[in-house]
Amino acid sequence: MTGRHSKWLPLLFVGPALFILVVFLVYPTLQTIYFSFTKGTMLNPGREFVGLANFERLLTADKTFLRLNQWPPSGVLPNTALWVLVFPSLTVGIGLLIAILSDRVRYEATIKSIVFLPMVISSTAASVIFIFVYSPDLTKGILNAAMTSVLPQLDPITWLGRKELANIAIILAATWISAGLPTVVLSAAYKGLPREILEAAKVDGGNAWQVFWRVSLPMMKRPLTFVTIMLTINTLKMVDLILVMTEGGPRGATRVIGFTVWLEIFGNNRVGYGSAVAVILFILVTPAIIYQIRQVRGSLS
Amino acid sequence: MTAPQSAYKQAPAKTVPKPSWAQTFIALTRRGPLHVLLIFLAVLWLTPSFGILTTSFRSPADIATSGWWTVFDELDRLNLNNYDEVLRNSQLAPPGITRNFVNTLIITVPSTFLPIFFAALAAYGFAWMHFPFRNTLYLTIIALLIIPLQTTWVPVLRIYNIFGLAGTWPGIWLAHTAYGTPFAIFLLYNFFADLPGEVFDSARVDGASELMIFFRIVLPLSTPALASLAIFQFVWVWNDLLNALIFLQDSKMMPLTAGIRELLGQYGSQWNLLAAGAFISMIVPLMIFFSLQRYFVHGVTAGAVKG
Repeated sequence: MTGRHSKWLPLLFVGPALFILVVFLVYPTLQTIYFSFTKGTMLNPGREFVGLANFERLLTADKTFLRLNQWPPSGVLPNTALWVLVFPSLTVGIGLLIAILSDRVRYEATIKSIVFLPMVISSTAASVIFIFVYSPDLTKGILNAAMTSVLPQLDPITWLGRKELANIAIILAATWISAGLPTVVLSAAYKGLPREILEAAKVDGGNAWQVFWRVSLPMMKRPLTFVTIMLTINTLKMVDLILVMTEGGPRGATRVIGFTVWLEIFGNNRVGYGSAVAVILFILVTPAIIYQIRQVRGSLS
Repeated sequence: MTAPQSAYKQAPAKTVPKPSWAQTFIALTRRGPLHVLLIFLAVLWLTPSFGILTTSFRSPADIATSGWWTVFDELDRLNLNNYDEVLRNSQLAPPGITRNFVNTLIITVPSTFLPIFFAALAAYGFAWMHFPFRNTLYLTIIALLIIPLQTTWVPVLRIYNIFGLAGTWPGIWLAHTAYGTPFAIFLLYNFFADLPGEVFDSARVDGASELMIFFRIVLPLSTPALASLAIFQFVWVWNDLLNALIFLQDSKMMPLTAGIRELLGQYGSQWNLLAAGAFISMIVPLMIFFSLQRYFVHGVTAGAVKG
């Protein structure tokens, strides 16, 4: 093991990184928690201490954040819930499908590259690409053009302009961007499964379908959990896709929690209120932090 | 999180009798739906980018009168005029896409190397040195990997205003360095911890200091991990919009992503310019992806946690 170094030498190695992390991440997070109990602006944050008033207003009085007296509930939290329910499972499902199916063909690498490609481009560029795909102008938006060529009596749909459609339209764009992640992770996991066990299951009379659901899938539980958690965290933190595609519109219908922190702090200059939203976001990712720490702690000696 | 290692299936080493044409036919019909589904998915995934790429080569008149999917009738009319205009036209939103491109480079290069340097030092300390609270500190860094950056924006901006860092290049470099460091430490720690400790010990016997071991042995042995990390961080910073908007503020310093957003706001209906601009912003990441795909995929799968 490691030898005789002076007591202070580790500080030279670890110190600079720790200093940066304390200044940019630890101290700011603590201060934001303090700001969430205050009212203030960018020039004068923390001006007035208001206790839990920001949280009370967010959860009971702000109809753009949580509106429960109608069905379906609307606002930032229900929208975020829609994202968390639909986006990770849809993306992981598509990734799993491509990973398993492409394992049986010779052009596997090509398929995986094609699906992975959108992960490389910025959310800004992806937004431009999908504003074009969803355009109601029949010489531009291929989705509307394809639909009206099949159903000529149909009027072009403004996917990003209608409250009930805009969220799902952005979720599909996000799926296009992210499906490469579960594809490569699950493909590697699938190839790493012990062949003997799969062969034994087949010898025991399982058909391909049964072997997949009862043997392969349970053995891939860890990578499946991994990608699902990662995609969920990314959903919660997401800002730029919404910012560029709809800026939260139409009429606030596409706001999600990560974007709302941005909107309240920089758009509305309500630093205390936005900090309270950030604290709620922080609370929502806490289970993932605990899970991650447990995983890593187990691997430390 | 632990990145799954890629593994390659061994081809079974047994001789298969040559199938008759009837068997081939049956195999093809049985596997037909598989190929159809996979090719459908591939086309579905390529279509959005292909549409914007094609549009970037079409004239405004063609874009206004027909869809890009009719391009196969007008291949002879495709040209680079849109790129010329979006790069040179001074009427476009200042500072212009050319300047945005230069700004992106100015932001990205130091923001790639600084966090890797600090993280490599720290990862070596965590992996191979003894000091109090080592594991607690490392687990804290793991927690910082996940916390939303939203909780840091206002306090960091306040610090920047005090020290005059808002709207400066060092300001954005420092922010990207800080935000990139937890993941970089995590990735490098996993790699460093697996290095052979006996090599370090024999170097110590020969009188090497810890710094010499770090620079002469650890870093050269870790080239694959450093390459994955550098590529991942480079593309990450290249594609960033938010940190530039928050910490640079000045429109003259804005990167490509902000330039494209500006173009969308001002010329949202001029798809010839938007398509060319969007594609210009994608060229460098795409080139990196195609030339260094293996490293890149490793960085992203290990780094899915970041964001």
